[in-house]
Amino acid sequence: MTELTKLSMAEARAGLRAKHFTAVALATAHLDRIAAHRDLNAFVTETPDLAIERAKAADARLAAGQAGAMEGLPIAVKDLFCTEGVRSTASSRILENFVPPYESTVSGKLKAAGAVMLGKTSLDEFAMGSSNMTSAFGPVINPWKRASDPSVQLVPGGSSGGSAAAVAARLALGATGTDTGGSIRQPASFCGLVGVKPTYGRCSRWGIVAFASSLDQAGPMTRTVRDAAIMLGSMVGYDPKDSTSANVPVPDFEAALTGDIRGLKIGIPQEYRPDGLSAEISKLWEDGIAMLRDAGATPVEISLPHTKYALATYYIVAPAECSSNLARYDGVRYGKRVEGKTLDEMYARSRAAGFGTEVRRRILIGTYVLSAGYYDAYYIKAQKVRRLIADDFAKAFETVDAILTPTAPSAAFGLGETDDNPITMWLNDIFTIPTSMAGLPGLSVPTGLSSEGLPLGLQLIGRPFDEETILKVAHVMERAAGFTAVPAGM
Amino acid sequence: MSYVIVGETGEWELVIGLEVHAQIISKAKLFSGAATDFGGEPNTQVSLVDAAMPGMLPVINEKCIEQAVRTGLGLKARINLTSVFARKNYFYADLPQGYQISQYEYPIVGEGEVILDMPDGTTRTVGIERLHMEQDAGKSLHDQHPSKSLIDLNRSGVALMEIVSKPDMRSPEEAAAYVTKLRSILRYLGTCDGNMAEGSMRCDANVSVRKAGEPYRTRAEIKNVNSIRFLQQAIEYEARRQIDVYEEGGQVVQETRLFDSNKGETRSMRSKEHAHDYRYFPDPDLLPLNLTQDYVDRIAAGLPELPDEKKDRFIRDYHLSPYDAGLLVAEQAMADFFESVAKGRDAKMACNWVMGDFSAAMNRLGRSIDNPPVTAANLGGLIDLIADNTISGRLAKEVFELMVETGKAPAVIVDEKGLRQVTDTGAIESSIDAVLAANAGKVAEYRSGKDKLFGFFVGQVMKATGGKANPAMVNDILKKKLS
Repeated sequence: MTELTKLSMAEARAGLRAKHFTAVALATAHLDRIAAHRDLNAFVTETPDLAIERAKAADARLAAGQAGAMEGLPIAVKDLFCTEGVRSTASSRILENFVPPYESTVSGKLKAAGAVMLGKTSLDEFAMGSSNMTSAFGPVINPWKRASDPSVQLVPGGSSGGSAAAVAARLALGATGTDTGGSIRQPASFCGLVGVKPTYGRCSRWGIVAFASSLDQAGPMTRTVRDAAIMLGSMVGYDPKDSTSANVPVPDFEAALTGDIRGLKIGIPQEYRPDGLSAEISKLWEDGIAMLRDAGATPVEISLPHTKYALATYYIVAPAECSSNLARYDGVRYGKRVEGKTLDEMYARSRAAGFGTEVRRRILIGTYVLSAGYYDAYYIKAQKVRRLIADDFAKAFETVDAILTPTAPSAAFGLGETDDNPITMWLNDIFTIPTSMAGLPGLSVPTGLSSEGLPLGLQLIGRPFDEETILKVAHVMERAAGFTAVPAGM
Repeated sequence: MSYVIVGETGEWELVIGLEVHAQIISKAKLFSGAATDFGGEPNTQVSLVDAAMPGMLPVINEKCIEQAVRTGLGLKARINLTSVFARKNYFYADLPQGYQISQYEYPIVGEGEVILDMPDGTTRTVGIERLHMEQDAGKSLHDQHPSKSLIDLNRSGVALMEIVSKPDMRSPEEAAAYVTKLRSILRYLGTCDGNMAEGSMRCDANVSVRKAGEPYRTRAEIKNVNSIRFLQQAIEYEARRQIDVYEEGGQVVQETRLFDSNKGETRSMRSKEHAHDYRYFPDPDLLPLNLTQDYVDRIAAGLPELPDEKKDRFIRDYHLSPYDAGLLVAEQAMADFFESVAKGRDAKMACNWVMGDFSAAMNRLGRSIDNPPVTAANLGGLIDLIADNTISGRLAKEVFELMVETGKAPAVIVDEKGLRQVTDTGAIESSIDAVLAANAGKVAEYRSGKDKLFGFFVGQVMKATGGKANPAMVNDILKKKLS
C-alpha cells in the first residue's frame, strides 16, 4: 500500500492543493490497489480509463486554480446510481447489461465537484439485504478479519457492502451509498467507517434505481467524520427533478465540526436496549455515553415507545413500494428479456431469470400487502404506525438535540453463518429502521472493537435537516474513541 | 315522455353513467417535458420518464393542474385543495412503469353538474361524481408484424382528465346530449379539444336496466366507443342484451365489454385470468397536491362565458328561443359569429340567417365556422340591405348565394346585378296601372269578391318590375287601387 491510499479525504485534498502529488497519481494508487484486491469482489464494474481521464481534468483544474470541493479525490459509486455511459446494474441480472444514457443527480454533483469515479461497487440486489450476499455477482468480502480465525470470510454488511469494503480496504477515499432501512449505517458499522444517511429529501433520488421511494436516501461512506462532511456537501441540494427533494439551504457541514458539544442534550432511548442485546454492544453504548458526558454534553433518558413496531412496519412499506417500483423491469424496453409465447410468459420468464430470491420475496410480500382485502390491514395500518414512530421522535426532539443508539446488534458475521430464516437477516436493521421510517438524518461512527477485533459503530440521530449536529457530535466521539484500528494487512 | 324499452315482461328503464377521458390541452405531458402533439412518428415524443428508465421520477406539469381546476370550475364542481396521486398497478406492454399514475381516493375535483340541452328545447341536469387527472398509456400496434406487437410510447404519460358522471342518464339520447355538452364546455374552457376521432376524447359507458322503481341492477362497462353515434348504438344494444338475459331467466354479470362498431354489438372481454387487482396506493414519488383557495380564485376569475350562461344571455338579450340559443352556443366560434352578425341588427333575423342559409351553405360546402362560406361582416351587410329596403328578403337569398360563390360584399353584388329594390312610388304605381289595365276582367272578378286574385296581381307587378319592387309598397298601393 502506498502512502497515498492511507490518506484521509481531507489530507488528500490538502496534498493535491499543495501540489504534493497529482490527481492522476492519487487515482493510479487507488486503481492499482483495486486491481490487487479483486478477491474482495467490491466492484461490479471498474472504470480505470474514465478515472484517469477525470483525474487529468482534475489536475488541469487544480493547476488553473479552479478546483471544486472534491477536485481529484477518488471515490467509488454504489452501482445503484445510474452513471452515463457506464453500466449500472443494481447488482441484478435483470440490469446486467444496462448502460444508462444519463447521470444521476448525486453522482453528477460529485463529478461536478471534481471527484474521480474509480468504479461501481457491489450491493445487495436492488439494495435489498444487509450482507451483500444477495448480489447477482457474488458476495463481497469484508477486509476485516476475526482475531481468533482470520480465515473466516466476513460479510461487509449491506446493502452498500461493496462501497463499505472498498473504503475500508483503502480502494477508494470514500464511496456513495444509499440507505433505505440501514444500508449505509449498518455496513459502515461492520467495516469501521463513518456512514451518513441524510434527512429524506436532502439528496435527490433522481437517477438512483428506486427500491422504496419514501425511504431511499443517498449518503457518503468515509473513513472519518470530516471526510463524510466534505463528501456530503457535494451530494446534497434541491433538485427540481425529484418532487420529494427539499428546497432547503445547504449548510457548510465541515464548519459544523467545532469539537464543542458542551450543553447539548443527547437522548438515550430505553427501547433500544432489547432483551438479548449483547453485552459487547451494551458496553459500546455505555462507553459512548461516557464520551459525551466527558465532552460536556448531557445524556438524557428518553422513550420512543413505538420502536418495537418499526421493523414489522418497514417490512410492509418497503416491499409495497418495491413491488411497484420494480414492475418496470419487464423485458420490454431494456434489461434482460427471455422470450415467451405470450406477453405474460415473456414477463414471467424475464423476471424469473432476472430477479434473485430476496427481490422476489419482497415483490411477493409487497404485492400481497397492497392487494384488495389486505391493503387496510397492512399498508394503511403500517402508514399509521409510521406516523406514530415519527411522532415519537418529534416529541423526543422537543427536549434533546440528538439521539445516541447502537447502529447494529452485532459485529460483522461470517458468510455462511446465517440461517435460512430471512427475519434473522432483517433484524440487522432493527436500530436503523426507525430513523428511516421517520425520515430523519442518522449516521454511524466507529467507536470500538469487538472482542474479536471487529469494528463496532454507534448511531447518532438528528432533527430533520440537522445533519450538522450529528456530524459535530460524531466528530467529538471519533476523537474521544481514538478509533485507529485498520483491517489486517492494511 | 320517458324512454323505455318494452320487453316481453314489460317496460324497462335504462340507467347510464359515463366516464369520459379527455386529453388535457398542454404542450408537455403530465409528469414529463415530452411533447404531446398528435400524429408524430412513433416513439419520437418520449422522455426518459415516459419510458420508465431506472431512477426516473415524475414531476407534475403545473399547466395540467390549472387545466383540471379550470375544467372543474366549468363543471360548477367542488375543487379539492388537497388531492393525491396514486399508482394503479398492472402489467401491460404499453404501460412502461408497470403502473399508471392516477388519482384514486382523493381526486382534484369533486361533485359538479352538466346541464343537457335536449332536442325538444328542454334541459336536464346530470351530476358529475368527480374529475381526476391521470397518465395515458402508450399504444400497442398489433398489425405491423406477423408475430410481434410493436409499442408506440408517444401517448405514454400524456395528461388525461377522467370525468365521471353520476348514473343520471336514462336514454341513449341523454347520453349523447351529455357528451355533446361536456365536449362543448371543455372546448369553451380550452382544456380539451374534444376530438373523438383522434382519441383526445374517449368515452366508457356504464349501462344497466331495471323495472320502474327498482334499485340499480348490475351494470356492464362498455369500452372503445369513439363517436357519439356509436355511443348511442352501444347503449341501446347493451340495454337490449341485458333485457334479453333477464327475460330468459339469466343474470347480468358485472364485466367490461368492448363495442364493435362494425357489427354494432358489445362483446365480453373475457379475461378472467386478468381479474385486475390494481393495488392502488399513494405514489411515494409525488407529494400530495396542495392548492390554495387564492390559486383557484384566480383561475375562476379568468374563466370565459360558458355555454349555459351564453345561452341565457342570448335568450334574454336577443329574445331567441331556448332551442335556437342552445344550438348557437354549442360552438363558441358559432356563437361569436352570430353575435358579430346580430350586433346592432335585428337579432331574430340574424339568427334565422346564421341557422338557415348560412349553416346550410357551410354544411353543403363542407366548410367550418373557422373558415366560413361568407364573413360575419358580409352577412351583416346583407341583413342591413334587407332592413333598409335596398333588397327584398327573396332577392337577399339570391344575393347570399352570389356572396358564397364570389366572396364579394352584398352591396357590390346588388349594384353589379342591378338588384336594388324599387321604392319609387311613381314607378310602382305606373307598373300597377299597367297590370290592372291589361287584366280588366280579373279586376272585375276581384271586385265582385274573388279576394284570392290579390296574389295574382302582386305576382304580375313583381314580374313586371323584375322582382325589384318593394313588396310592402306593392301591397299597399295595389290595395288602394283595387278598393
